[in-house]
Amino acid sequence: MTTQATSARERVGAQAGGKTQRVYGRGRARVQKGLVYGAAVITFSVLLFLIAYILIKGVPALKPSLFEWTYNPDNVSMMPAIITTVEMTLLALVIAVPLGLFTAVYLNEYAKRGNKLVNMIRITTETLSGIPSIVYGLFGMLFFVTRLRWSYSLIAGGLTLAIMILPLIMRTAEEALMSVPDSFREASFGLGAGRLRTVFRIVLPSAMPGILSGIILAIGRIVGETAALIFTAGTMPQIPGLFQSGRTLAIHMYVLSGEGLHMNEAYATAVVLLVVVLLMNALSAVVARKLTKK
Amino acid sequence: MDPTTTKTKQKGGLNKLLEQVMHGVFLVSALASILAVALICVFLFAGGVPAMREIGVLDFLTGTSWRPGNDIYGILPMIVGSIYITAGAIVIGVPIGLLTAIFMAFYCPKRLYGVLKPCTELLAGIPSIVYGFFGMVVIVPMIREVAALAGVDISGSSILAASILLGIMILPTIIGVSEAALRAVPRAFYEGAVAMGATHERAVFSVMMPAAKSGVLASIVLGIGRAIGETMAVILVAGNQPRLTGDILKGIRTMTANIVIEMGYATGLHREALIATGVVLFVFILLINLTFSVLKRRKDT
Repeated sequence: MTTQATSARERVGAQAGGKTQRVYGRGRARVQKGLVYGAAVITFSVLLFLIAYILIKGVPALKPSLFEWTYNPDNVSMMPAIITTVEMTLLALVIAVPLGLFTAVYLNEYAKRGNKLVNMIRITTETLSGIPSIVYGLFGMLFFVTRLRWSYSLIAGGLTLAIMILPLIMRTAEEALMSVPDSFREASFGLGAGRLRTVFRIVLPSAMPGILSGIILAIGRIVGETAALIFTAGTMPQIPGLFQSGRTLAIHMYVLSGEGLHMNEAYATAVVLLVVVLLMNALSAVVARKLTKK
Repeated sequence: MDPTTTKTKQKGGLNKLLEQVMHGVFLVSALASILAVALICVFLFAGGVPAMREIGVLDFLTGTSWRPGNDIYGILPMIVGSIYITAGAIVIGVPIGLLTAIFMAFYCPKRLYGVLKPCTELLAGIPSIVYGFFGMVVIVPMIREVAALAGVDISGSSILAASILLGIMILPTIIGVSEAALRAVPRAFYEGAVAMGATHERAVFSVMMPAAKSGVLASIVLGIGRAIGETMAVILVAGNQPRLTGDILKGIRTMTANIVIEMGYATGLHREALIATGVVLFVFILLINLTFSVLKRRKDT
């Protein structure tokens, strides 16, 4: 079909005389260019519209009563949810960051290339990063909640999320470690430092911005997560202890929008979520810029 | 013996020990991801396979009605629902995403790029529940109103709404991976094409695109994985009726939605059937992952 079209155009070009080559395919090029610009306009205007819509509808819905310390059906306060989100984030990071970081150190500084174990670890992390959050949620429910009898709790949710963000932390940390020049390591060894000392004193500090930006991305994922938490941390609107159920902001928003009774409060929660995500993205960009400046 | 040398010797021994201990710690940490995958597989399959066996694997996978009240568990409508919505998301998201990736790689002025690149990352960072909410308050009513203009009375929660929303949600995946693939094509390809008299468009579309083919394919596969696993956004816009339908204006239920909607109150075989739905989803995801890694490996070699 297209070849027919071009050959027709070519004929027209030939009739116009002499300038066949320049006319050839020009119409198609114009269409392609239009499509490219059109698609870019669609993508970025959708993003802009979404953010503007949520902010315009949500900011007026932010009331002081939404930030009262305890939740009740009248104030629909999101304060407990905010605190639960912070607790959940810290818990998941405390578990996942050392694990992910140490794995990256092992893969990059200790293991020999082409080691079978290394391949295995790479395949499993790739698998982990492709698993959808609802499957993590199911696993968390079956293992932490049912098998370990923790019931819906902060710790069941936190551990589920820790597994979920592990591949992200690991991959970003590994990339950061790989970007540290080998001459740094050689210099450190040359001065008589051991492997461990080299890792902690030389390699990790130089890789810090990359590691940090990975952690910030992970925070963004934890804050926005719903499906993995609904059957592990539950939906209780309270400030939870380690073995108590609590709802994070995203779950709070899901419950509100599912009920359909508190749309204004749902808008307000969306604003808070969006602001957190915007902040995290900005922070990660700043940290990453620091990395490239070096 | 001089006391300082013993001290250094002792310190050396301690260091060596610490060195070995930490090597062990690193190794054990590295095994965590293997342990996690093993646990996930074991618990998911152990939780879901007995139900499949009890219902009958074939009845479970090809049964067209889902009526937990009567102990009838057929998840074909949900499988089809997931496939329809994913296909819809691909139809909408891939052309826009791919063309945007081309824009980012070959058209975007450098200054603008500094603004737009973080925007695509932001698009990836917005939580799915916020997307779902946006779909519920914007896309669904829009479809309802357009249909009302045409004289059709529908709720708006539909395959179409879910496809549009997921199409938007997979954009950052498609854009990011495709753009990286396009940028990885040697610049000389482009220059060669232009030197032979091709326009900018022709060089991009006929030379650079085919060269980046496997990376672009990988981005699409990744997008499929994201769309089929999406849960919360879909629940809020897809209507969630467990039925077989080809009408894109009607509601449908996906596998992911099935799990979340009923897990809260399900018991016994019903609960196990929901876990089995998760197993089917998991197998789909594993197949998609496998395709992705095959494509990636082909790109690397």
